[in-house]
Amino acid sequence: MGCVYALVAAGLSLIFGLMELVNFAHGEFLMLAMYVAFFAWSLGGLDPVIAAPLAAAALGAVGWLTYHGLIRRVLAAPMLAQIFATFGLGVFLRNGAQFAFGVDFLTVQEPWLAGRVSLGGLFIGLPQVGASLAALGAFVGLHLFLSRSETGLALTATAQDRQAASLMGIDTERMFALGWVIGGACVGVAGALLTMFFYIYPDVGGPFALLAYVTVALGGFGNVAGTLFAGVVVGLVEALAGLVIPPAFKYSVVFVLYLVVVLWRPQGLFGRF
Amino acid sequence: MTRRVLLSLAIVLALFRGAAAQPKEVVIGVIYPLSGPAALTGLENKVVNEIARDIANGEVDIPLPFYQRLKGMPGLKGAKVRLIFADHQGKPEVGQAEAERLITQEKVHATYGSWHSSVTATVSQVAERYGIPHVNGQSSSPGLTKRGFKWFFRTSPHDEHFTQTMFDFFRDFQKKKGITLKTLGITYEDTLFGADSGKVMRELAKKYNYEVVVDMQYRARATSLQAEVQRLKAANPDVWMPTSYHTDAILFVRHSKELDFNPKMIMAQNAGHLAPDFVTAVGKEAEGTMSRAPFNTDLIDKRPAAKAVAAVYKQRHGKDFYDNPARSFTGMMTLLDAINRAGSTDPEAIRKALVATSIPGDQLVMTWDGIKFDETGQNIHVKGIIIQLQGLKWHTVYPFDVATTDVLYPIPAWKDRK
Repeated sequence: MGCVYALVAAGLSLIFGLMELVNFAHGEFLMLAMYVAFFAWSLGGLDPVIAAPLAAAALGAVGWLTYHGLIRRVLAAPMLAQIFATFGLGVFLRNGAQFAFGVDFLTVQEPWLAGRVSLGGLFIGLPQVGASLAALGAFVGLHLFLSRSETGLALTATAQDRQAASLMGIDTERMFALGWVIGGACVGVAGALLTMFFYIYPDVGGPFALLAYVTVALGGFGNVAGTLFAGVVVGLVEALAGLVIPPAFKYSVVFVLYLVVVLWRPQGLFGRF
Repeated sequence: MTRRVLLSLAIVLALFRGAAAQPKEVVIGVIYPLSGPAALTGLENKVVNEIARDIANGEVDIPLPFYQRLKGMPGLKGAKVRLIFADHQGKPEVGQAEAERLITQEKVHATYGSWHSSVTATVSQVAERYGIPHVNGQSSSPGLTKRGFKWFFRTSPHDEHFTQTMFDFFRDFQKKKGITLKTLGITYEDTLFGADSGKVMRELAKKYNYEVVVDMQYRARATSLQAEVQRLKAANPDVWMPTSYHTDAILFVRHSKELDFNPKMIMAQNAGHLAPDFVTAVGKEAEGTMSRAPFNTDLIDKRPAAKAVAAVYKQRHGKDFYDNPARSFTGMMTLLDAINRAGSTDPEAIRKALVATSIPGDQLVMTWDGIKFDETGQNIHVKGIIIQLQGLKWHTVYPFDVATTDVLYPIPAWKDRK
């Protein structure tokens, strides 16, 4: 699960790194991705694994639309206005989904990856393993893109110093839009993978978004590799805490850990800010 | 001079008319979760409450004396019933705010709701403060009728009744089949509903000498319940007793399959397990799950009222009538009947009428003995049954004399299933 949390958080981290703006609608993006994957399955018979690239493309488009339609106009506005903008978008998407899709809980039946593997007495669900591997794959792809390709390097440059990058001839607006597209795509893949074992309904994004914010803050805003590490840490802590102490408190352990790290190192474990 | 006479005459006439005028309508505030994780239930309740309203307004005809008696609300000379629905989103503080708004601004004559025991607690507190009658048809936390409230009335059983039914079933089932059940694993979500349910289960387990090997409270909206299932698997109780809402119920079943957790008997505390979406989502995997219930679809034939209402419900909502809308309907009809008997929308009059409620069982959609409230506002003529999910349908399995099918025991292990 940690890898999935990390993938959800990656988009968030990228967007913040680029333009210092937290996307409070990220949980709703995840929810939309899950619905896309669900409809790909129910209407087109596509297994979530196949639907993942489709969801990535769809959410990439959503990200691009969000940037051009909403974010561009509030970039220069005070931070409070930016927070309200994305928060409002989130509320709109959540209720829009309820209006459009109803409140029924939807599930994908009989995905390809079903069953479990046993690792020395420890059972792990196969869908979760698949999701983790795919998430890791997406991360590696993202890292390679950011560090090897020219566009990726341009993106990283813009994140590091917007003004210097634009002086170098990099179109910052395009980079921002690209950041939103990639952020959307990441969450798209994560959402599609989640449908293999999670239920889908309009409010489903909430708990995941919360853990994503913790993951980003823990790993460090703007550092994508740090996000992966933090995501895995959060997933492990959640799982282990549930075994060792009463499960009602397992999230408090995650949040306490987060508080400790943030107090000791406010920029997160690997952050730059 | 003439103007002043005319003015005072007008005022007197207006006052006189005001005093003598009968209320034109009865307004009831209905507070349910219409968004959020339990929105499904809120929506079903809305449909069925509207049916109840239409019966009172004479638009739907149920050919039984109880319903005919209040058709068109004769006690109030034909006042129309109007329901105002409010969404509490599953949050007690929102429920409280909505209740305040409905009572102080919309001037409702009574309140009804709210599914989540935690929200019913705050909503009814507001009603109690303002002296407005509140009727509850579904929330099962026992504590709700232990607060010494004057204005709170509950028609449906609570978890002490239900859990007692479960333990009666254990006792009779062991005798009938000659098997022994010794260990219990109880899991419960962490709001009022779950916490109280867990408490009652613990107490009754102690009373009847069962060993509780897992006693686990968890967060309903968790992103993963794997750790919880792993604990259950390690302890391996003879009976697993979950108290869950919709989201966690589904997750538990899926994780059980992934992690190969094979309880021989599952006895759930209704709520999430009874939602139609539970069957659609994980019905096959959940084969053999049992739950307590006040009512079941296969008992519809035993109650003419149920048949009639189920037909209207299916027509309006497209899904089968089952336990939750049935309870909501019963509560609302009880309230409407009381208002009709009160002959007025004065809160105290309605309250007195509620206290005097006495409805015979055969008039209800429920297979209870009737509706009569004790001094705490609890209906004392309730009866619970145990149902089991077999072949994607819930069947009544206890009491054995009203059972429609045999109990499936033990639940087949994952590897033995097709």
